[in-house]
Amino acid sequence: MPRVIDADVVRHVARLSRLALTDDEVETMRAELSGILDHVDQIQSLDLAGVAPTTHVIHLENVLRTDEPRPSLSPEEALREAPRVAAGGFSVGRMG
Amino acid sequence: MSAPTDLTATQQIAAVRAGEMTSAELVDAHLARCEDDRWNSYLALNADAARARAREIDAMADKPPLAGVPIAVKDALVTRDLVTTSGSRMLEGFRPLYTATCVARLEEAGAIVVGKTNMDEFAMGSSTENSAYGPTLNPWDTGRVPGGSSGGSASAVAARQAPWSLGSDTGGSIRQPAALCGIVGMKPTYGAVSRYGLIAFASSLDQVGPFARTVADAALLLSYIEGRDPMDSTCVGLREPVCVPTATDLSGVRIGVVEELMGEGTDDGVRAAVREALDRAEHLGATLVPVELPNSRHGLSTYYILAPAECSANLARFDGIRYGHSSADTDNLTEHYERTRAEGFGAEVKRRIMLGTFALASGYYDAYYGQAQRVRTRIAEDFDRAFESVDLIASPTSPSVAFPLASRTDDPMHMYLSDTCTIPISLAGLPSVSIPCGLDAGMPVGLQLSGPAFSENRLFDAAHALEAAIGFDTAPPALEAAA
Repeated sequence: MPRVIDADVVRHVARLSRLALTDDEVETMRAELSGILDHVDQIQSLDLAGVAPTTHVIHLENVLRTDEPRPSLSPEEALREAPRVAAGGFSVGRMG
Repeated sequence: MSAPTDLTATQQIAAVRAGEMTSAELVDAHLARCEDDRWNSYLALNADAARARAREIDAMADKPPLAGVPIAVKDALVTRDLVTTSGSRMLEGFRPLYTATCVARLEEAGAIVVGKTNMDEFAMGSSTENSAYGPTLNPWDTGRVPGGSSGGSASAVAARQAPWSLGSDTGGSIRQPAALCGIVGMKPTYGAVSRYGLIAFASSLDQVGPFARTVADAALLLSYIEGRDPMDSTCVGLREPVCVPTATDLSGVRIGVVEELMGEGTDDGVRAAVREALDRAEHLGATLVPVELPNSRHGLSTYYILAPAECSANLARFDGIRYGHSSADTDNLTEHYERTRAEGFGAEVKRRIMLGTFALASGYYDAYYGQAQRVRTRIAEDFDRAFESVDLIASPTSPSVAFPLASRTDDPMHMYLSDTCTIPISLAGLPSVSIPCGLDAGMPVGLQLSGPAFSENRLFDAAHALEAAIGFDTAPPALEAAA
């Protein structure tokens, strides 16, 4: 499939990744991603029709446990590492 | 008698049990070496708590099985109240609220955590140069890298700052640094060890495992950390208890030799040391059989799609809201995420998040992620086929010995090639151990032995027999000279 990594693609992916990049970083990232993709593109040409994708390497049955109440973190503990706390909760900026 | 720090973990446990040494003496001797950390092996020391725990264990008439012997823990494993950064600015000063299952099990068994070891940021790297806190230096030559991502855990054991340590391996992050530092490193079968409390990189590949200076110590350490855990539903444990290996020969063992990994791209000196080790295996009674893993040559490409894809999802949790770094610049939520992550993550982590997000993006998903998952199936099938005619598979652990600092940092693809030999095994979820097998230009070479899923005991036995025949001296000459 056609693949061109230009600055717009890099900016789009950065937005999806929630990463602010400077213009210089956009250019560096464009060059580096292109280099890596040039290498990984080798698998594009393999004929893998009928091959099942690996979702997990070890065969697993559903793992269940008894649903029993157990001690948990107190609100104070849960908030201990929070950068900003308000009204007993995590403080979050306005949506935008 | 040797210095306490020269003893293996097994010897240290025996010395405490025999009353020849106390846990406090062992902890002090190792902490003294940790405090003089010229290799930058450690990011945080647990000195006070470790000394207090040693005194407690020394006062017990009935000692716990690990008798107060020190251990170092990779900073990717969370430890309650002990700063855990995963080598990232994002988690600078972060004090976890709980302890990883594998570490808790060791502490319960009487091991004492002396400190948290340096690593590539979020375990992404092959040299420990991606740590936000400066690179770790190789105890064999401080001008060279220790490998990565668990470089601090490897250098700490090589430099006698701990008799053993925990690392994590996603594409080779235990085996490659073990090889480059001349010690033993083992990646268990995927699912053998709980990942609860392991800061996630690529969840379908991440596995915790031991570093030690002997195969027996590595096996002993694995015996304490493996096993089911209600907190990790992907953890199935091993199917039989880990036995400390005793084998002295390899009669009847069929070892497959991966010729693809013994040719172009592997340094001559590495190849020579591995060949010599394989000759020794033959003398011990093993049969060498050439095996082909035709799809393994696609391992690197497959890995550098799947691992970044998984990391881009796993690292979405670092949002600057609940813990960790938080940008002070803005009150707008989206901008806050973007700036927090731009400030908190280093270059390699950003590169992989971008690569993974790209591979999962609409329009590219099938061509990259979907295709890579199919190649992964093919790679695993190659191993299944090989194990129909051989018991174990041998190859170099790393195509080269430890490389000079800063020699690969400008070329991501060249750095990624460090993991060519380890990645296919990770993709197949198989157990694999690296043991030191000789020197190339004065630097250690690792031999990688891998087996079918859950064949840990067979693997340890073969590695143990071969270790005795090789007789590698794990003491770095540079260490003696500096002492």
